[in-house]
Amino acid sequence: MVGRIYMSFCVLLLIVIIVSMVYFVASKGLANFISGRVSLTDFLFGTKWAPEAATPSFGALPFISGSFLVTLLAALIASPLSICAALFMTEIVPGWGKKLLQPVIELLSGIPSVVYGFVGLSVIVPFLRDTFPGQGIGVAAGALVLSVMILPTITSVAADALSSLPQNLKESSFALGATRWQTISRVILPTTMPAIMTGVVLGMARAFGEALAVQMVIGNAPFVPRSLFESASTLTSVITLSMGNTTMGSTLNNALWSMALVLMLMTFVFVLLVRMLERRNKI
Amino acid sequence: MKPKTADKIATTFIVFFALLIVAILIGLLGYILVRGLNHISWDFLTSAPQKIRAGGGVGPQLFNSLYLLVLTLLITVPLGLGAGIFMAEYARPGKLTNFIRLIVEVLSSFPSIVVGLFGLLLIVNYFDLGFSLISGAIALTFFNLPLMVRITEQAFRTVPKAQKEAGFALGLSKWKIVTSVLFPVALPTIITGTILSAGRVFGEAAALMFTAGMSSPRLNFSDWNPLHSNSPLNPFRPAETLAVHIWKINSEGLAPDAIQIAAGASAVLVITVLLFNLLARFFGRYIYRKLTASKRVN
Repeated sequence: MVGRIYMSFCVLLLIVIIVSMVYFVASKGLANFISGRVSLTDFLFGTKWAPEAATPSFGALPFISGSFLVTLLAALIASPLSICAALFMTEIVPGWGKKLLQPVIELLSGIPSVVYGFVGLSVIVPFLRDTFPGQGIGVAAGALVLSVMILPTITSVAADALSSLPQNLKESSFALGATRWQTISRVILPTTMPAIMTGVVLGMARAFGEALAVQMVIGNAPFVPRSLFESASTLTSVITLSMGNTTMGSTLNNALWSMALVLMLMTFVFVLLVRMLERRNKI
Repeated sequence: MKPKTADKIATTFIVFFALLIVAILIGLLGYILVRGLNHISWDFLTSAPQKIRAGGGVGPQLFNSLYLLVLTLLITVPLGLGAGIFMAEYARPGKLTNFIRLIVEVLSSFPSIVVGLFGLLLIVNYFDLGFSLISGAIALTFFNLPLMVRITEQAFRTVPKAQKEAGFALGLSKWKIVTSVLFPVALPTIITGTILSAGRVFGEAAALMFTAGMSSPRLNFSDWNPLHSNSPLNPFRPAETLAVHIWKINSEGLAPDAIQIAAGASAVLVITVLLFNLLARFFGRYIYRKLTASKRVN
């Protein structure tokens, strides 16, 4: 009986946490729009971020576009690599391939994000500075750092999907005389695509919410990026940098909360996408 | 192109990219360790950081990280166990269970900075706990709890059904089966998962910047009374952790040897996470043998 009550309490606590989280972030994030100090369209589509100007403007498009840009780029870089790694583990050399890559994936996912940021700052940024125009810091550096960070997420989900594929599907393809690549490209990948996409979406969710590693290498200029090697900002990086220097309740502070609300809403979108993909996967 | 040639080319590509990932990891670890290890010394690990001069260490930060980890696990482990066991053994399939599962999923995919901001709003300001270890530990609880729930639930689900049925056949109550039949079998998996999640908590920074704070008071390591403001054990003092320290000196470090300190601190962080990984494997196997008097195959 006591155990039952205690367990219900634990579950109730989870519900309370999430409800209060949504409530508090939403109430803070919507404050500017409700009081009319900033209009929703200005916030979402305004390109000018000048909170300290004589007529302050709070256009968050530079940060929203920066977030989406680095996330998409990171997914574009990481997905092919991860799918190759997963195929290597399950199709090419199932035995020692898994023994080799499993610990690699675990270690990569265990490295803290600030360490990724530090390595990005001291390896990737100088490399980009020497090979491409610009300062090295910028969208490309952010996307590269993020792509390494999300590799383990996509790889492990993709490897799970590939290894749970029914064996007879592959065998019948081989029996028809198909080569391994034909089997992979025409049978294995099409059947497991929804599951692999789940991994990609999970990776994107992680990239979208990652704060410190990106902040360290992206340069943090409040402009809509026009080139990959230009300094830019993301929602998370501007929150990281500005939240500590603002007073609670000011328009600027509330605008930062609005960005946190955008982050939160995007999390819901990602979870929804994952759920949809999983449902497709079952059929 | 002939199918055979295409097959060869594709295989080469796949092997190349898979090995590239291995190379990335080796490069990463090698870089961090080579750059950092020669900066690590007993003095570096124990002395306090310097603001402007060179030669500072990471003593208080390292202690804060470990202490915060202990506090967080003290809160999350019992709560996560409770909710996880409920989800695995008691929750009936239905709308409510689906809803709770959705909550766990959403909570575990929230960006850690949002968790940190929520902590800032609710714990630091509303409950007036200030920038403190306890605020940080509670924020990390929001962050770690969904993980613990999932670990526990999965551990319980992997226990063979026959074990449970044998318990029922003996006429045991459900609670008794959970505590004395299922729990010991699930424990190694739970411990392994907990230690792995501890590694994640140890390296977490974004959620802590706004809850545990970005500074440490002058600590007096001979004063272990948790009520004194300079005591390392006082849970109500602000505490900058190792990960936050790395971020801070990279973003606004003034010391001339900031880069070396960042390299050394990164190496300490990575080595600790590696140790957690090894410990998780070792402990899981050891306890499994202790509790079940059998050898696990893997």
